[in-house]
Amino acid sequence: MSLGERAGLKPAKRMREVFGDAMLDLVESNPKIVVLDGDLSNTTKTLAVREAFPERFYNIGLAESNMVSIGAGLADCGFLPFITSMSSFLLCNAYDQLRLNIAISSVNAKVVGSHGGITLGKDGATAMAIEDLALVGGLPTFTILVPGDPASMHAAVKAMAEWDGPVYLRSSRVAMPHIYPMDACPFEIGKANLVREGGDVTIIGCGMMVAAGLDAAAVLAEEGIEARVLDMHTLRPMDVDAIVAAAQDTGAIVTAEEHLLHGGFGSNIARIVAENHPVPMRFIGLADTYTDSGDPDLLLAKYGMSADDIVVAAREAVAAK
Amino acid sequence: MTISTLQVNDRQRLNELANKFRCTVLDITTHAGSGHPSSSFSSVEILTVLYFGGVLRYRADEPDWPNRDRFILSKGHAAPLFYTVLAEAGYFDKQLLGTLRTIGSPVEGHPVQGKLPGIENTSGSLGKGISVGIGHALGARMNDLGYRVYVLLGDGECEEGQIWEGAMAAAHFKNDNLVAIVDYNKYQETGPISREMALEPFADKWRSFGWYAIEADGHDVDELSQAFRDAGNVKGKPSVIIAHTVKGKGVSFVEADFTYHGRALTEDEAVGAREELECR
Repeated sequence: MSLGERAGLKPAKRMREVFGDAMLDLVESNPKIVVLDGDLSNTTKTLAVREAFPERFYNIGLAESNMVSIGAGLADCGFLPFITSMSSFLLCNAYDQLRLNIAISSVNAKVVGSHGGITLGKDGATAMAIEDLALVGGLPTFTILVPGDPASMHAAVKAMAEWDGPVYLRSSRVAMPHIYPMDACPFEIGKANLVREGGDVTIIGCGMMVAAGLDAAAVLAEEGIEARVLDMHTLRPMDVDAIVAAAQDTGAIVTAEEHLLHGGFGSNIARIVAENHPVPMRFIGLADTYTDSGDPDLLLAKYGMSADDIVVAAREAVAAK
Repeated sequence: MTISTLQVNDRQRLNELANKFRCTVLDITTHAGSGHPSSSFSSVEILTVLYFGGVLRYRADEPDWPNRDRFILSKGHAAPLFYTVLAEAGYFDKQLLGTLRTIGSPVEGHPVQGKLPGIENTSGSLGKGISVGIGHALGARMNDLGYRVYVLLGDGECEEGQIWEGAMAAAHFKNDNLVAIVDYNKYQETGPISREMALEPFADKWRSFGWYAIEADGHDVDELSQAFRDAGNVKGKPSVIIAHTVKGKGVSFVEADFTYHGRALTEDEAVGAREELECR
């Protein structure tokens, strides 16, 4: 079963390709945008920008720290830098630069980490970004976006360009099925999207786990459990109202993320639930471990992050009410 | 609109200013009970010549003037000196200097961009200044502006790998509007640089990365002025001025003791220092 198939979702382009298309649109429409690349433009899909607008594209080479600080300097000069690389390298090599030159300085720079999560698959643990959301979550002033379908990726890129202040966007290597029509995606930074209504339990997902949540909801419906599914595409500022409403209306919550559970968005949601309206919760994500190399679907299953795992967690949360 | 640099080039005036800055740094760090006076003292003539020797073009009453030259303080622990110089230049009220390192004051332990006019970048974690400067230098090119970018580095700071990432990139991008100045006082926090992590052959390292390197006495305002003029004439590559300095310059017992790196003088010690500096 491919992602989204049980929920009846249509397969789509790979997210990084959508990101590349969105980036090219943006550079065409906004003369202030500059793209910085850590020699991965063929991978992050900013290559089209390099070819079409070479004067607004800088390959800084294999030097992520240098790239982030240069980007901050360009932002100071009134440009809108999009600093791009694979998220594992960007967040881990340039964390101090993200902190000092962008977060503390409140610079209007945009940071895009591609290949987030474990579904990079066969490249293995060293290339996987399973800590990126915890790392950027540790930097006050950063807005954090994790879109979960092609339409929301396109909308997120547009929205982050218009947002004043530091933004981190997580992109993924894999294809994600269409949740929204390509030209009609509601995307407001800080406002979760309700993608399925249900009164028994709420599944809150980000990134690819939104589609997995919809798959799980389809299975649960066959058992008579109606799951609400929220697309929490913005991890900060988090939509507290949608989370509290989910707790009040459905009485049970499952969070699902392609990231370590430690420091992930599930723990932030749990804090909001605990403070406002405690209900039983379950958490889907990567336990305290690095993963093997392997096929993405098999990895998700092995590490407890498949739609089937969400189904089991939802049953438990409902039973614990 | 006035260009508020004093444009005073004579040696005596610059030296008097430098001495005044040392006294202010001494006063505000002693009052705060912390800070990096000895790292500030070694940089005094460099900043004095930059801001008051007709090198840096700026308008204190228009801090965001697009064509201003940029000064990037990469060695952020020289903050007490930097604030002192900015206040003298007219960026903000000198009264603020007395609030160094206190709650609610924008005169923080290390400079934070946006807290005060005249601060172009946040610093305190080392190694980032050249890279930020490259961003500004590329911005000048893209915006078709003629400003220049000056970056002050510490010598110990040059152990950070990012310095050399930046050095490589600035040469690659042919940023001839970028000038780095290294305050080469030969000491880092735990001891002599030559013992802890040797930099030599230092000028050759820069040259091998494609930079034009100049060596100067970092306490001689004439040599510094000449070095800045030389750097301004270099085309097609960035320049570095390796300014040979003395850590703690001006106060004999601080010069003799590198452990003053990260601590202020006590009130008692400050009395002796003020006498040596002939502070008024």
